[in-house]
Amino acid sequence: MTRTAQPWRRRHVLAGLAGALSAGFAATSRAAPSGKPVRVGSTLSLTGPLAPTAIIHKISGEIAVEMINKRNGFLGRPVEWLLLDDQSKPEVARSLYEKLITVDKVDLITGPYATAPILAAMGVAQRYQKFYVQNSMGIPKHLTYEMAFPATPFGSEPDKTFPKVLLDAMASTATPPKSIAILTSKFPSAQFMALGTREVAKERGLNVALYLEYEFGTRDFGAMAARVKDANADFLWVGSLGLDSNLLLEALKKLDYAPKRHFHLYPAPGPLALSPDGDLALSSTFLEPAPPFLDRPDVPELAKEYKERATKANVPYTELDAQGAGMYSQWQILEQAVNGAKSLDDKAIAQWLKKNGATTIYGKLRFDGPFNHGDPAQLVKQVQNKKWVVVWPTAFAPPGVKLIAP
Amino acid sequence: MPSFTLLGQSLVSGVLVGGLYGLVALGLSLSWGLLRLVNLAHFAFAFLGAYLVYQMGTSWHLSPWWAVLLIVPLFFALGVVQHAIFLYFRVVELTSLLVTFGISVIIESALQWIWTADFRRFETPYASVSLKIGAMYVPVVELIGCIAAAGLAWATWAWLRWTYVGKALRATAEDPEIAVAFGVNQRFLSFLLSGVCAAYAGIAGAFIALISTLAPSQIWAWLGVVFAVVIIGRLGNPLGALIAGMLIGAAESVAMATFSPAWAPVVSFSALIVLLLWQPDWL
Repeated sequence: MTRTAQPWRRRHVLAGLAGALSAGFAATSRAAPSGKPVRVGSTLSLTGPLAPTAIIHKISGEIAVEMINKRNGFLGRPVEWLLLDDQSKPEVARSLYEKLITVDKVDLITGPYATAPILAAMGVAQRYQKFYVQNSMGIPKHLTYEMAFPATPFGSEPDKTFPKVLLDAMASTATPPKSIAILTSKFPSAQFMALGTREVAKERGLNVALYLEYEFGTRDFGAMAARVKDANADFLWVGSLGLDSNLLLEALKKLDYAPKRHFHLYPAPGPLALSPDGDLALSSTFLEPAPPFLDRPDVPELAKEYKERATKANVPYTELDAQGAGMYSQWQILEQAVNGAKSLDDKAIAQWLKKNGATTIYGKLRFDGPFNHGDPAQLVKQVQNKKWVVVWPTAFAPPGVKLIAP
Repeated sequence: MPSFTLLGQSLVSGVLVGGLYGLVALGLSLSWGLLRLVNLAHFAFAFLGAYLVYQMGTSWHLSPWWAVLLIVPLFFALGVVQHAIFLYFRVVELTSLLVTFGISVIIESALQWIWTADFRRFETPYASVSLKIGAMYVPVVELIGCIAAAGLAWATWAWLRWTYVGKALRATAEDPEIAVAFGVNQRFLSFLLSGVCAAYAGIAGAFIALISTLAPSQIWAWLGVVFAVVIIGRLGNPLGALIAGMLIGAAESVAMATFSPAWAPVVSFSALIVLLLWQPDWL
């Protein structure tokens, strides 16, 4: 007993020594950043209607900055994130970026959350010729500034590419849908995707039984629910934002109608996944905290840390999702571009990024396509057991998980 | 061409939603018509009531119907305090717009501070329950809201028409000096009516919590359509507010069913513009 224990113990001592030596080596080769901080300025919608999603970006961004500072910071200097509240208003975002650049004199800027504030801030970035990376611009063709880069792989034409992915998923089921009802908010990025989906659906021979647009902020879904029920299509596609989907499904339930299959574009992830009406709802994503994504560098740590902080911040859905991942990717891109260009000069950073691309939690991203976009990587996710899981393409689904199509 | 079932269902939905418009409009109409105060804070009070019902329901598991019993006296007191401030600062019809806009912004900020900007949904077991009448489905909560709106509108109309206090209130609105000369206690009545209007906002808030999604910024989403309801229904006319609310709700809903949902907001303002140009005697 004692004899057998000795080699075991010896192996552990040796392993411990080796570990200590390698940790010491890592510590010396990766010195903590020092010197004057590199100040990065941005805004997020910490209050107002976009706040429920912006809090996800804030948590993820704070984790990203901490992890960058645990590595080597930017050019060996610590990173300081100066974050302001744009109140979900594009005009406020515009003024605050002006302030960040001219009054606070930040070294670099990153984009806010959501299409309208992103566009507003892009104008300021362009005027001052600042490098500009953002992660939630839903209409790539509007990203016309040559130094503006996306951190999320929408591709340059998501209105054409993603509907194909989604309808491929539907076509793979035992009973592919023959008709589709499309209901969309007039919010620009939702409307843009709805129009694309209608075209792709027509090309594929689906009967577009209903196409409706409603104002952003609509309160009453009763009459729209009646029209959806009346159309009784095989597949309901909703260009929703926030809680629109919950309200629509609730209104449909009041009419004793449950859509056969239903997709929701940009829903608040928690409320829909946790709602009794949200079971088997489909949506789009780029990454979820499950295999095979957990094999990618940084994803397990980010997912764990995000869950802890989101729980503390009372965020309804505490799992990392595409919103949080996008923000993390944004900081990864900035880190690689600054350290790769070995400069804080905006033009040098943009040139380096365009030439070399970046490796983020979304994988290798390139920026040499139209509007600085690379390949699209949008996936289909589904609510199963009150949790979002990737179901299509099947290569990205966790083991044992399949698209459920009633 | 939409089916009869679709049109019928849309009408039912529209009338019921219109009942809620009427309920929210009731206090605003009375305040504007009889006190000559354009109380924008009425919307903020309604949402404050909605959040309180939500909080009592989710934290204390208090039924919204019991919550209303607490909210009515609380909001009556709030209305009285607000009116005392108006009298102290000599707020009149035009300045009331600015002052109550400020109060609304303060309440919105307070709601955001306490409940954050997150959307809140008061989940109740009866939220999705409907009655099936023929081919139509009638959502129960909306129906109760509509019945409450009709009951309050009728009771208020009867109070104004047949009681001494009601007649005194109308007389004061018509000609304050003559009313005072006839012994009407204008000051007391204005406090009473202000309290009643705020209490109505609290009741409307309870139904907003049950039917709608809560976010502090939603205060402003109701403003346009409810203003149209108040003006079309005639200032200070409780039954008018209810009928106008139902008509606008039904018109919006039918527009959604026959044309596009995006046309719905156009309906209320088009009706308002037409009526203002036409200027019928009853307006």
